Amino acid sequence: MHLLASFASQIILAAEEHGGEAGHAAEPGITSGVLVEWAWLIVVVPLVAAFLIAFFGAKSKFKGWLMAWLSIGFVAVYGTVLFVMNATEGVLYSGHVNIATIGSFELEWGWMVDGLSIMMYFLVGVVGFLVFTYAKGYMEGDVRFTWFFVSFSLFAGGMLVLVSAPNLIQLIVGWELVGVASYLLIGHYWEDFANVDAANKAFMVNKVADAALFIGAIIMALSVQSFRFDDIIDVVVHGEAGPLSQYAFWAGLMIFIGAMGKSAQFPLHVWLPDAMAGPTPVSALMHAATMVTAGVYLLGRLFPFYIDVSGLFGGDVRNIIIVIGGLTLFLTGFLAIVQDDIKKVLAYSTVSQLGYMVAAMGAGAYTAGLFHLFTHAFFKALLFLGAGSVIHAVHSNNMSDMGGLRKYMPRTFWTFVVGTLALIGIFPFAGFFSKDEILASMQYAGAHGQGVANFILVLGILGAFVTAFYMTRAVALTFFGEYKGHGEPHESGPWMTWPLIGLGVFAAIGGWVNIPGVYTGFTEWLATRNPLTGMGDHHAESFNWPLVFITSGIVILSVVIGWRIYGKDAETQAERDSFRIGGLWPLWQNLYFIDEFYMRGIVRPIKGAIAQAVLWFDMRVIDGVVNGIGLGAIKVADGVRSADEYVVDGVYNATGAATGASGGVLRRTFTGRIQQYAAFSFVGVIVIAVLFIVL
Amino acid sequence: MTVVQFALVGTALFSLGLYGVITRKNAVLVLASVELMLAAVNINLVAFDVYLQDPLYSGQIFSLFIIALAAAEVGIGIAIILMIYRNRQSADVDELKAMRG
Repeated sequence: MHLLASFASQIILAAEEHGGEAGHAAEPGITSGVLVEWAWLIVVVPLVAAFLIAFFGAKSKFKGWLMAWLSIGFVAVYGTVLFVMNATEGVLYSGHVNIATIGSFELEWGWMVDGLSIMMYFLVGVVGFLVFTYAKGYMEGDVRFTWFFVSFSLFAGGMLVLVSAPNLIQLIVGWELVGVASYLLIGHYWEDFANVDAANKAFMVNKVADAALFIGAIIMALSVQSFRFDDIIDVVVHGEAGPLSQYAFWAGLMIFIGAMGKSAQFPLHVWLPDAMAGPTPVSALMHAATMVTAGVYLLGRLFPFYIDVSGLFGGDVRNIIIVIGGLTLFLTGFLAIVQDDIKKVLAYSTVSQLGYMVAAMGAGAYTAGLFHLFTHAFFKALLFLGAGSVIHAVHSNNMSDMGGLRKYMPRTFWTFVVGTLALIGIFPFAGFFSKDEILASMQYAGAHGQGVANFILVLGILGAFVTAFYMTRAVALTFFGEYKGHGEPHESGPWMTWPLIGLGVFAAIGGWVNIPGVYTGFTEWLATRNPLTGMGDHHAESFNWPLVFITSGIVILSVVIGWRIYGKDAETQAERDSFRIGGLWPLWQNLYFIDEFYMRGIVRPIKGAIAQAVLWFDMRVIDGVVNGIGLGAIKVADGVRSADEYVVDGVYNATGAATGASGGVLRRTFTGRIQQYAAFSFVGVIVIAVLFIVL
Repeated sequence: MTVVQFALVGTALFSLGLYGVITRKNAVLVLASVELMLAAVNINLVAFDVYLQDPLYSGQIFSLFIIALAAAEVGIGIAIILMIYRNRQSADVDELKAMRG
């Protein structure tokens, strides 16, 4: 009772406290209101649904799918409502509840409702809703149907915890929830050991990055004296050169390494292609709205810090970020060219596109990076679901088993083409606007003091060429030519095709929310509404026409070249991959030997020498100690046993023997003759009487 | 009449009863001897009650209790003896040694 009461009073206190703060930061739009204050429901509902499905799912309607679908539908509707509210009036709110107080440190659970978080709610909700709908059709008849939706709801819920976090601790909680849910989902078909390996790989690589994130968060919190984002941004903005200015480089670098893990940046990208082992809806959600966006989101959340708005820090994490992003977008794109597995083509494509986002963040283009995250979520989810639809029909992931599918699967084909056009950035599809803004921002950054951005700009344009090339290849090999698989492929059911169409609409028109010079609502929603998130953002006011023409020309050229190579049908795999570049091709097929390097350079030594040493230590030292303790315990037990046998038992036996002996003597007096008894008792009475008289 | 005379009669009766209880072989006679002892006790109670002039007459009331109890005791005793006789065709106290230790 007491606990409850104190908890309730804390909520009230926190709310009151917040009310005070809200007035202070209440510049634009709505700061409170029932819908905004209750936004924590967005986070709680999918998590509760995950628990409910785990316990009651198997017996409920549609074996738990309905519960998951309704919960994500709730998020979609709520997210859309908030998105519209933000687009019309602007929303800025942050509520929190105190969970525990340790000394002066208060552990809080909170929910941010500002432009950045709302965009993520909207993305997770809407893309998640369509993917969950699709999963109903895709997972039908699966071995662990219910369990799949438990993990899937947990995945979405974890992501929502992450994006609603107003402090680093809650962000890390969500970060790890997403990590563990992804582990469960990638290893969903654990009967095949390769899938377990992929799940372990994803988890381990992410853990390496997470360790850096923890270190970064701790450095940050120690120098700012707070885990809260608004406190951190406050210090950054108001330029109080405290300890943060000394440690900013390391804090920023460590947190960025954490973001590199989740957002699959080179050279920590190795887990993402392997994560294709999970069911296709997982890949779609993981590569679009959840998980891989977390790193970019974190960079966005701490954007004023990274961009160093008040010029305090001097250290250049920015240049590291833009270089890592540039390398990622450029190098991983080539890997997509040599893959036969259609999902791996898309996976490397995702890594490459994430490189664009991260590079944009590094170039100081907050809006551009998040805009690409926004559009990419739709068309990449669409492409993955399209690939899933194809895989569902062909029963193979390999494009060498496909071909000519446009005749059998027209809906999948057309939506896939829309997704492809959006990805490679053809006007007026979504990717055109976002990619162009990134490139324009890089040019701006290059012209304004960040020299390395010029170099990354070139990589970005070349990356656009590569993107168009591998997507043309994928479309040509999958949908054109003759069908090479077994059986008769057929179009997927309505559960799967309608989400494709829904995402297709977003992929087509999603970019229109931010057309430079025409309508720039998106910039306003994300940046201007919350003065603290988008601070220091450079935003292109109008099209950079030379860049637009160069990029579009290169993309169209790439499509033409790709079509000339892969458009004609070829019977064998060797003929189809007739296009090879000596030297580079083996390098790409071996994924730049990065996986091998990790295997030989890190995993094997650990498994070899270090594991041996640990084994020896375990066997000799720890086992020795344990065995010693065991032997000692046996000796002590022996002593206790003899004490028990001789002393304790002796006492009991002696007592018994004495009683028996005296009984043997006394039984003689019990003759059974009543008259004797009477005589005895009379004698006894006499004795007592005499004693009375005498004494 | 002094209390000594009553006490002497009581003692005589008690001694006779005790002798009978210890020596008689027939269980019925043992029981009868017990009755003699009870009668001796009653005489003593009444005699000393009168001698001590107890305002509550507790001695006399006790003797009434004893008479009632003796009647009940005899009833049960005779019943037990009857059952023993039926089972063993004998009421000889010397033969009743089944309770020997």
